[in-house]
Amino acid sequence: MIHSDHDEIEIAVERRFEPKPKDIDEEIHWAEINQDVLESLERPRPLFWFIFFGSLAAFIWGVYCEIYQYRTGLGVAALENPQVWGLYIATFIFWIGMSHSGTLLSAILLIMHADWRKPIYRFAEAMTTFSLMTAGLFVLVHLGRLWQFYYVVAYPSERWTWPNFSSPLVWDATAIGSYLTTSVIFLFFGMIPDLAICRDNATGFRRVFYRAISLGWRGTDWQWSNFRVTYLTLACLLIPLAVSVHSIVATDFAVSQQPGWHTTSFPPYFVAGALYSGCAAIITLFIILRYTFRFEQYMTIPILEKLCKLTFAISMVWTYLNLIEYASVWYGTDPTAKQTLIFRATGTYAGWWWAMNILGSVVPFTLTWRRLRTNIPIMLIVSLLLNLGMWIERFMIVTPTFAHGYYPWTWTREWWPNWVQIGIIIGSFGWFTMLFMLFCKIFPSVSMYEVKEMVYHRRQARRKALKPLPAET
Amino acid sequence: MSLDNLTSNWSKLRTRRPQPDQYKDAPYKWGMVIDLDACTGCNACTTACYAENNLPVVGKERFLAGQQMHWIRIERYWGEGTEFTQEFPEQGAQFLPMLCQQCEAAPCEIVCPVGATHHTPDGLNSQVYNRCVGSRYCSANCPYKVRYFNWFNYPDTAWPSPLEQQLNPDLTVRSKGVMEKCTFCVQRLTAAKSKARTEKRTVQDGEVLTACAQACPTSAIHFGNLADPTSTVARMWKAQQVELSADKQNKDEQREKDEQLGKTGEETVRGYRVFEDLRTYPSIVYLERLRSSEV
Repeated sequence: MIHSDHDEIEIAVERRFEPKPKDIDEEIHWAEINQDVLESLERPRPLFWFIFFGSLAAFIWGVYCEIYQYRTGLGVAALENPQVWGLYIATFIFWIGMSHSGTLLSAILLIMHADWRKPIYRFAEAMTTFSLMTAGLFVLVHLGRLWQFYYVVAYPSERWTWPNFSSPLVWDATAIGSYLTTSVIFLFFGMIPDLAICRDNATGFRRVFYRAISLGWRGTDWQWSNFRVTYLTLACLLIPLAVSVHSIVATDFAVSQQPGWHTTSFPPYFVAGALYSGCAAIITLFIILRYTFRFEQYMTIPILEKLCKLTFAISMVWTYLNLIEYASVWYGTDPTAKQTLIFRATGTYAGWWWAMNILGSVVPFTLTWRRLRTNIPIMLIVSLLLNLGMWIERFMIVTPTFAHGYYPWTWTREWWPNWVQIGIIIGSFGWFTMLFMLFCKIFPSVSMYEVKEMVYHRRQARRKALKPLPAET
Repeated sequence: MSLDNLTSNWSKLRTRRPQPDQYKDAPYKWGMVIDLDACTGCNACTTACYAENNLPVVGKERFLAGQQMHWIRIERYWGEGTEFTQEFPEQGAQFLPMLCQQCEAAPCEIVCPVGATHHTPDGLNSQVYNRCVGSRYCSANCPYKVRYFNWFNYPDTAWPSPLEQQLNPDLTVRSKGVMEKCTFCVQRLTAAKSKARTEKRTVQDGEVLTACAQACPTSAIHFGNLADPTSTVARMWKAQQVELSADKQNKDEQREKDEQLGKTGEETVRGYRVFEDLRTYPSIVYLERLRSSEV
């Protein structure tokens, strides 16, 4: 009896002092980092080409659908009188949401000095930029007369025609425009030292290209100090922009009078949902990049675990806000909003609504198991499921309100999207993946200089820890 | 365009949200009364509207796909739980002509990104086709769902030759990608106002009617100028104790009092505006249908 107890304690003690797996190998050399990352610009695994051409094909199909819709009219996309927005606006919110986690990783965690972000923030930031571009496309796709989209922008016109500044769509256009500009600058600016490394190692036309875009970076102390200050300033500028962009997208709904939309909790709810789907997308891309570009040494399992924990925390915030929204409608005084909520849970789209709640609030609990979250194939599936859940969430925000709004005349109609809408959405995924894959092929998708910094700091910390205590006098 | 121009003209930007009573002293405020008791659901108003406003006939398939363009529609509702519905179901049907309510504080106006829908001093909720980019936000925010979008380029197909000869020359046909809706036959209003202005007077009651009011065989639709207290419509609004831009309506109190006294049917006020509690301040008053049992 005693003996076995002792054994158990020993095992427990052993487990407790088992050294934590390291985020990154501290013994790695600078030259090795350079070589590994530069190799990703040369010969990726064949999966890369598979994904690239697959997404190119999807994009071409989407372009075909869009041209058909452009020439014939929006009516071919099965849009109708109460369902005037269809899936376009839902997918627009989805893409805007995806763009948020890049900022979370690159700017917020930069300010919080979380150094595990360093090997993965670059591609997350690229994801931000490209998903914002995709979201911008959806605004255009959705317009009835997209050749006049510039009416929405506040530009000085000699006829004194301004947009309507009380409309949330104008705020949208402005906010997305500034967010896109800032995040492109932020992405490019953070890459400059790495582009200089590319320039130094490239030959031929590549050298000309990298020389032009590395803007004369030589790595002097003066350049580095300016770089640091500017980078931090841009990060500080980007954070309020990121929060405001999705809050403004939420006001598209919150400002309107429709049941199910007219909720003051929408802005934080949307921001939480955005961070959630963005984090899930980062996990997906993490796994894909890790394999295709052989980044196993940089995108390590402990970093994946940290990402999973972050995603789980955000998913719980989202769940809380989601339940708050239901509760405030349920206990509120608006009978129409309550009826719309009941319609969501029991009506035409009930299956989708339950799928959203299960995918969004129950599936993330798989992230709490260490065994599951260190298993890469399972994490790929889980992260895709989470993002599917978040897409359905946007679908569930937009469509049931149209189907069961104030006016009873519209209640009997059942609405489903047709192939044109779905084709354009597939095309948008193709467009995003294509751009993202091209980016990773042309630019270093792991930040070399920051990984070096991270390794350096780890070494310093270890040296400090290993230093013998001063002898007692 | 100088910088000075840019900075000094900011005050003129359209940033105010639509208010009821924003054009209180204007000589015209077009309004309507629809007597549901007189409505037989004959659809003459819809037909007249198609003829007057160049509405495209979209065909059965697109109609069933929800892409119809009727600015005024007759909705049919079935009464429930009355003795009539059990014995003679067809008598339980009720009709509601629904058209743009020309709200004074219109939900569509604040959300249009380009200001294509805005309020006129006549109290109309107008739509500028040339400015519309087709974001359909106005329709999304309309509680009545009376805005119709040009899903296709209807002029290409709706009036095969020589049918285009019957189009009303007083207004345009609308092309693909713009929103449209009931205008209270603004072309007729403009013509009447123009005529009155040359004769140095205001438009008289009954001088101008919308196509639906003109076509209604049972005179269920009354149209007129609410700013003129002697007009039929203004008198009907007054009789029903409906005020255009009051949150608290006398008619509600009156009805409660009448209910306590046991008055029903014709004895009590029966005017209401659709979704009054949303505070859109619509310009159309509906008179409730009287039940045979109440008369």
